[in-house]
Amino acid sequence: MTATLTPATRGLVEITGVRKSFSATEVLKGVSLTVEPGGVAVIVGPSGSGKSTLLRTINHLEKVDGGHISIDGKLVGYEIRGQKLHELREKDILKQRTEIGMVFQNFNLFPHLTALENVAEAPVVAQGRSKEEARRRGLELLDRVGLKDRAGAYPRQLSGGQQQRVAIARALALDPKILLFDEPTSALDPELVNEVLDVIRELAKSGTTLIIVTHEMGFARDVADTVVFMDQGQIVEQGTPQQIFTNPQEPRTRSFFSKVLEPAFNI
Amino acid sequence: MSSATSRVAQVRPAPTVEPATTAEAGAAAAAPGQAATETASVTGSNLPSGGGLPPEGTARIAADYSSYRVVAAKHPWRWVGTAAVALGVLAVAWSLATNPRWEWGVVAQWFTAQSVVNGLLETLKLTAISGILGFVLGFILALMRLSASPLLVSVSWTFSWIFRSTPLLVQLLLWYNLGYLYEKISLGIPFTDVRFFEVQTTTLISQFAAAVLGLTLNQAAYSAEIIRGGILSVDQGQLEAAAALGIPAWRRSTRIVLPQAMRAILPTAFNEIIGLVKGTSIVYVLAYSELFYTVQVIYNRTQQVLPLLLVATLWYVVITSVLSVFQYYIERHYSKGAVRNLPLTPLQKARKFFATHAVTNRKSL
Repeated sequence: MTATLTPATRGLVEITGVRKSFSATEVLKGVSLTVEPGGVAVIVGPSGSGKSTLLRTINHLEKVDGGHISIDGKLVGYEIRGQKLHELREKDILKQRTEIGMVFQNFNLFPHLTALENVAEAPVVAQGRSKEEARRRGLELLDRVGLKDRAGAYPRQLSGGQQQRVAIARALALDPKILLFDEPTSALDPELVNEVLDVIRELAKSGTTLIIVTHEMGFARDVADTVVFMDQGQIVEQGTPQQIFTNPQEPRTRSFFSKVLEPAFNI
Repeated sequence: MSSATSRVAQVRPAPTVEPATTAEAGAAAAAPGQAATETASVTGSNLPSGGGLPPEGTARIAADYSSYRVVAAKHPWRWVGTAAVALGVLAVAWSLATNPRWEWGVVAQWFTAQSVVNGLLETLKLTAISGILGFVLGFILALMRLSASPLLVSVSWTFSWIFRSTPLLVQLLLWYNLGYLYEKISLGIPFTDVRFFEVQTTTLISQFAAAVLGLTLNQAAYSAEIIRGGILSVDQGQLEAAAALGIPAWRRSTRIVLPQAMRAILPTAFNEIIGLVKGTSIVYVLAYSELFYTVQVIYNRTQQVLPLLLVATLWYVVITSVLSVFQYYIERHYSKGAVRNLPLTPLQKARKFFATHAVTNRKSL
């Protein structure tokens, strides 16, 4: 699918002791997680466990209350000067974000722009590429997600699965080191889920670091290097899919999987 | 019972009273042979039962209604209502045309008179200037109101509060009489005696300046709320997606949020502009010679009050109509992507109508 054959050397994500509260509720209670360059981490867990919030702290859509996150050794949202952490200015935060693509549950495509315009917007205004180049690259990416012939369509003229594939192409347009997926198939009809998962499967082989929040357990087992189980703002357990799905150590993990995994899925 | 109905009854495994009666009615309307074959094909497809009390294990076949003619429901009261309204419209039109006191001749005589046209141009000028300035200022006020700074929020709020709670008439008179409150207007360093520039208030605030000032500030207060409402109507996810893509804040507002907000803003904004067109007539209190004041001056001289008011009214109708056409096309432009397929414009509809009719005519020849 992709031409990048370079071994993954970029896209190391280190999350250390991250805390986050919304008013009185603490949704992240000191989360630490490392995702190796080119790794595929799938975060699973019950709703309200803080999975999405954790994902959103990685590209600084949510500011953390404590702890820190770094990408390839560079802090996200802050800069070290002397003994102090200085909050980055908007401009620098935006620049950091161009290295991190994000795909949302509700696609969040810009409805007044065509599929191609959606994909080609950010490279021009955030990375200063020429319009012509962004367009050409946009068509390439739409082709990659199998939607080259729908380049001129508006999001509402596309099915949910097609919209999400455009959203993935849009995130790829910035050539990010890291891609974040926030329940990418949760808003889709069951028969459209696979067309999106197939695209993500291909990306998993491309050397880009992927961090995926999902409820698709079969997919998680296929694609993940690391499965992370979160509950109540904490990482309860993490390991290879084999370990987590077939031999979970923690009682909470066991009880969660006993509810979500259909018997036929158990190896 | 015809032969068709009896055959229908035979293929039904569980005959009940209801389908038998419908089959009877159908046989009267349809060709007998057709009804029978169609029912037979339904039997073959093994449709599940649709109710009734068939014996355990036997599927009831859904009745076939394809041979029935559809009769539209009748709405007699709709016709009565339509007739009554048509009669009323006709009566109004008749009285407008035949009552000599409307003095249509006088209306025609003054409609394009130089002084009236000059007044009309002043009205258009006032509307355009205070409309544009009002919406620009309103946009800034809306952004202030949505900003994170408590000072900007409260200044914007207070502005809207003051200008929405005082009558426009009072505002206009106040601006015009500003010279009474402040004799001179100067530019300098506050709280010192340094002055770069000083001017008599009365020379600075002409009738025109007072009118523009009053209308603009009043308009800004209202349009700020309209624009803010439009911006709030755009899904938060749009901003998040744009931020996640590293799109700068100004570009997020102008390229992503505003075009989507326009759909909510436009209908109300055009309401406001149409209101402003007629609202400019209030500046007659400053003796500013826009359309309404001009007409007043004329009828005070000629005593033809109603015909001249009619002249002004008709011009306001013309302006509003033109604006409504603009509104239609601008709204259509911003509905790109919001509807799956854009509806045809009236012009396109007309073209399509003539095109299809030309084709059918050719065919019939």
